[in-house]
Amino acid sequence: MNKVATRVSLGRIFRVFALIGVTSFGGGIVAYLRRSLVEKEKWLDAEEFMAALEISQTLPGLNSTNMSVIVGRKLRGAAGATVAVLGMTLPGAIIVTGLGFAYVALRHDPKVALVLTGVAAAAVGLLVQVTLKIGWKNLLRPKDLIFVVLVFVLVGILHISLVATLVTVAPLAIWLNRPGTGEERA
Amino acid sequence: MSKIVELINNFALLSLLAVGGGTAVLPEMKHDTVVRHHWVTDTQFAEIYSLGQLAPGPNMTCVALIGYEVSGLAGLLAVLVAFFFPACLLCYFVSQMWDAAEGSPWRAAVQKGMAPVVIGLMLAGCYALGKTASYNPVRDWEFNLLTLGIGAAVAVVLSVTRINPALTILAGGIAGYFLLG
Repeated sequence: MNKVATRVSLGRIFRVFALIGVTSFGGGIVAYLRRSLVEKEKWLDAEEFMAALEISQTLPGLNSTNMSVIVGRKLRGAAGATVAVLGMTLPGAIIVTGLGFAYVALRHDPKVALVLTGVAAAAVGLLVQVTLKIGWKNLLRPKDLIFVVLVFVLVGILHISLVATLVTVAPLAIWLNRPGTGEERA
Repeated sequence: MSKIVELINNFALLSLLAVGGGTAVLPEMKHDTVVRHHWVTDTQFAEIYSLGQLAPGPNMTCVALIGYEVSGLAGLLAVLVAFFFPACLLCYFVSQMWDAAEGSPWRAAVQKGMAPVVIGLMLAGCYALGKTASYNPVRDWEFNLLTLGIGAAVAVVLSVTRINPALTILAGGIAGYFLLG
């Protein structure tokens, strides 16, 4: 990110990420990040953005907070990463806390319970749609489908611990896609 | 106090296991918080997750509400820090090393290999939530048909339009109020 000519202030980093955090809804946060970081602030070019996104998706943790860490670090080191993550998470955390207080106070009201049941039913639809949108290619490829089903059964049905599942299945999945198998994409 | 420590241990581990995003740890999180620790019920878990979809920003900030249910404000803060900090710290250091590995063919292998694992986890997350939110065995078939229908309608609408997902969640709440009563 040496293309950033002038040093960006910590306050500016916080404000930019807070604005992304407060305007993005429903998991579509990558589009908001791109618009703000690449198009508006020009802190990264398109290629650097894709590289950062790649790391964010591979490492554990939320894509949005990982992106904040990576971009904040490149701009202003540890302090930059800290304010970027705070900017990204604080507005939503405060709003969700407010919703939570209302929820705890009202959830035994039968009318409110009906609304919450509808909201939860809709959230499942959103989750299924996001999963299929990201994963339909994997579902159509037999070699991938085996791992999708295996992980689903181990974690979803049999409740094998996630640590045990990842430690055994992930190395196998990576090994089957190792360099030289002709299936890795550049 | 011991409950706070349990909360921190649990969510810090989940933080480091969240490969491919927060959704991947939903089934494990549900199992831990509902079955193992009895911090929340099935229904509460689904409702708390749904509230997260109504707030802006990362949708997993809603995990804070599980902490709130267990230990009030201290629990809320403990869970927020435990769920976000470890993964951020890991990302901070690994992203430096990752830059150094640029061009390594193993990077592509890791990405290709992990993709189906993440999708399997996300599907397990759909199943874990849907088991109570979409199909609840204590309800009659008409009720379950409606909740399944609301979910299906949301999935279809989001597939064919570019509407803000939070609006479809709100619409689900309105539909619940008028149809499920």
